[in-house]
Amino acid sequence: MTSLFLLQLLNGMQFGILLFLIAAGLTLVFGIMDFVNLAHGVIYMVGAYLAVTFTQVTGSYGLGLLLTLPATLLVGLVLELLVFRKLYDRPHLDQVLATFGLVMIISEGVEMIWGSAPLSLDIPEMLSGSVPLAGPLRYPVFRLVVIAAGLLTALSLWLIITRTRIGMRLRAGATNRSMVAALGVDIKSLFTIIFAFGAMLAGFAGAMVAPILTVDPGMGESVLILAFVVIVIGGIGSVKGAFAGALLVGLVDTLGRSFGPIILRAVMDPSAAGQAGRVLAPMLVYILMAVILALRPAGLFGAKT
Amino acid sequence: MRLIPTRAWAATILFAAFAILPLIAESLDDNYLVVIATRILAYAIAALALDLILGYGGMVSFGHAAYLGIGAYSVAILSRAGVTDLALHLIAAMVAAGLFALITGAISLRTKGIYFIMITLAFAQMAYFFFISLSAYGGDDGVTLNERSTVFGQPLLENDRGLYYTALVLLVGLYLLAVAITRSRFGRVLTGTRENPVRMRAIGYSPFRYQLTAYVISGCMAAVAGVMLANQTNYVSPAFMDWHRSGELVVMVVFGGIGNLLGAVAGATVALLLEEWLSVLTDHWPLLFGLILVLVVLYSRDGLSGFFRRRL
Repeated sequence: MTSLFLLQLLNGMQFGILLFLIAAGLTLVFGIMDFVNLAHGVIYMVGAYLAVTFTQVTGSYGLGLLLTLPATLLVGLVLELLVFRKLYDRPHLDQVLATFGLVMIISEGVEMIWGSAPLSLDIPEMLSGSVPLAGPLRYPVFRLVVIAAGLLTALSLWLIITRTRIGMRLRAGATNRSMVAALGVDIKSLFTIIFAFGAMLAGFAGAMVAPILTVDPGMGESVLILAFVVIVIGGIGSVKGAFAGALLVGLVDTLGRSFGPIILRAVMDPSAAGQAGRVLAPMLVYILMAVILALRPAGLFGAKT
Repeated sequence: MRLIPTRAWAATILFAAFAILPLIAESLDDNYLVVIATRILAYAIAALALDLILGYGGMVSFGHAAYLGIGAYSVAILSRAGVTDLALHLIAAMVAAGLFALITGAISLRTKGIYFIMITLAFAQMAYFFFISLSAYGGDDGVTLNERSTVFGQPLLENDRGLYYTALVLLVGLYLLAVAITRSRFGRVLTGTRENPVRMRAIGYSPFRYQLTAYVISGCMAAVAGVMLANQTNYVSPAFMDWHRSGELVVMVVFGGIGNLLGAVAGATVALLLEEWLSVLTDHWPLLFGLILVLVVLYSRDGLSGFFRRRL
């Protein structure tokens, strides 16, 4: 029981960190540019597909991952120049609609290029082993690598935002865009960079999970909604909030699915508990969100409403 | 000032066109036309419901498909239990949707703007996953309905045309209701809140109660659309509340022009006809639809009605 709990704790953390990678890009774009990007999920999906293709072409997952990063950066750049740039001063509704259109275009485009059948990618041999966890239980190395990569990304993101010049401009731009522009900062290029960077983070997440999940045209959507839940819980625009929210959502979702039925079984009969557990588990995250928002409408670390 | 009589005329013409459509379909010997048109009517009801809160209350719900789904499942669940009457289906759908709207709306309305968009989206996802895990009703696969709802025990809706006219009567009735709501004191408070909630509060109104009431009314109306849609397809699945569908509803309202109830009806018509037409052209129609959507948002600010207003 304890070792199972430990296992699920790690799984939950790994899921949470994946959500953080996606939510971080989303909340940067959101908090700093006040831009709602529904297409963020499909960029994550494109990242996964590109990782599969690049890995097949080069024969190495490492190279595939390295190529995916600039490729998704480029995707973000192109989207920013063609579409997003024209929408910064528009109402949120316009942004939602235009990016919803992009979701349709990109999802369908991916199906046209790669087909609708799910693809899979082997875990690179070097990382395919597992390490002993507790007792007879082992944990796959690759999942630990995902956790480490996510934590590293979180740390560097935090350092960039709090310790560098560009981070300072980002924070200033988030607070008062026109003032920063008046001080001579090229806010347009700054936005382009953030966008491309956010897309690259999503692409990175896609490439990281490609070996452990199946790569299919629907993979971006469920994650997108969860990423929204994460940033709403954490507070829009707060990278710290995104991190806390992502871990919370990842843990609640994973632990709820595995231990919910066990806990319910203590209070009701097994078959009812099983059914109730199956119904409740996928809703837990949304219930969590509702409770948090009922208490704190701006999220855990949100400043603005 | 001429706007109001013009809209009344436009509404009369549009609904009259819908009324004679089955006759045209018959003369063309094309029953499929009636089937598409029934779907259009159902979605028009949902778009109308959404425009009521989006256009007049400034509440962008990105989860309105949930109410479609709740309406559709009301039909499925009651039919399974042996209750087939349309009136009971409609009442059950509206009560269930109203409750869901009351609870989720009360939480969502604590927030504003983009938070609201995302919370409504998340609540709809919650409903989506709830029905996916309802294995008694097919889970992911959904349920096929054996029969359509009955009217006073008569299988009137089994006839496609009967179903079509029922949907049309519901649409016209709800349209008139929505017009009445927007013109009432209640509607004006709602619009006033959209414009300036602080002012409304200052003159003694509680915006929250008005917004929540509008949200609940809208949810109930959208559930009616779900009841019609379930009857039209004879099939209900969680896909009814997919977030894509919520997006499509917003698209319909925007296509038709926000805050113009008739525009929602026209927008639903245009969006679904476009979808039909594109899907004849290519299997990859979502790509073209998405492209059109992006271009419309980038280059036309108030949808079709704005386009016409500029031309006329």
